[in-house]
Amino acid sequence: MAVKVVIPTPLRQFAGKKDSVEIDASTVGEALAGLTSQFGDLRKHLFNEEGKLRSFVNVYVNDEDIRFLQKDQTPVHESDVISIVPSIAGGSLICCICS
Amino acid sequence: MAINFKPDELEKLLAHGARDYPSECCGVLLGRADGESKEVAEAVPLRNLRHDPTRAQELLPVDDPSRESEKNRFLIDPEDQLQVEKDSRARGLEVLGYYHSHPDHPARPSNYDREHAWPWYSYVIMSVERGEAKEVTSWVLSKDRLRFEQEDLKAL
Ligand SMILES: [Zn+2]
Repeated sequence: MAVKVVIPTPLRQFAGKKDSVEIDASTVGEALAGLTSQFGDLRKHLFNEEGKLRSFVNVYVNDEDIRFLQKDQTPVHESDVISIVPSIAGGSLICCICS
Repeated sequence: MAINFKPDELEKLLAHGARDYPSECCGVLLGRADGESKEVAEAVPLRNLRHDPTRAQELLPVDDPSRESEKNRFLIDPEDQLQVEKDSRARGLEVLGYYHSHPDHPARPSNYDREHAWPWYSYVIMSVERGEAKEVTSWVLSKDRLRFEQEDLKAL
């Protein structure tokens, strides 16, 4: 079953310049695994060294945040749309000069 | 790489930093990207969600809430972010990056900034010393995530 994963602008350079990719998957976890095995350079921007989704990377199925569904076990169906949206965060602590 | 602002928009951004001192301010940069350069048509101030620690902590927890607050952290409300992205698309503009202030700290990215960044976006940082905006710089994350590269920032 193919679901559509929308690739955000900053990451398109790592996904063959595509704005979306169709992936065969039955869960969100499978879809992201499929996506990052097809486009290996995407992986480090989505997952940390332990292979977990980075804390600032949010994934939505249609318009629902998977944290409030079943996280990476969230089932996906034909014609579902997965979006990847970064939390925009930062701050001066601890700045490279002061630390 | 370079990022160019309409002069009024750069003024607006600096005024936002001064106004929100001693807290960090944040906002989004809308405009057009053309190969190696970005043209900012509008800097849109957004709310720093760290003013609402309970909600911010649910969305993106900080390690040490006793040290990390709106004075040294910012978080954009995802609802504001999605709305601004939608509105900008309707106007034919795209999100080029984001800005925030460093109250009484240099306009240089922190490690925390780097850990929460993606390549391609411009991350504009302004230092605000004792309530006055001093320096403004712009940074792009390297593709290996290891460092920020500074880009030219001009008001044109
Ligand atoms: Zn910062």
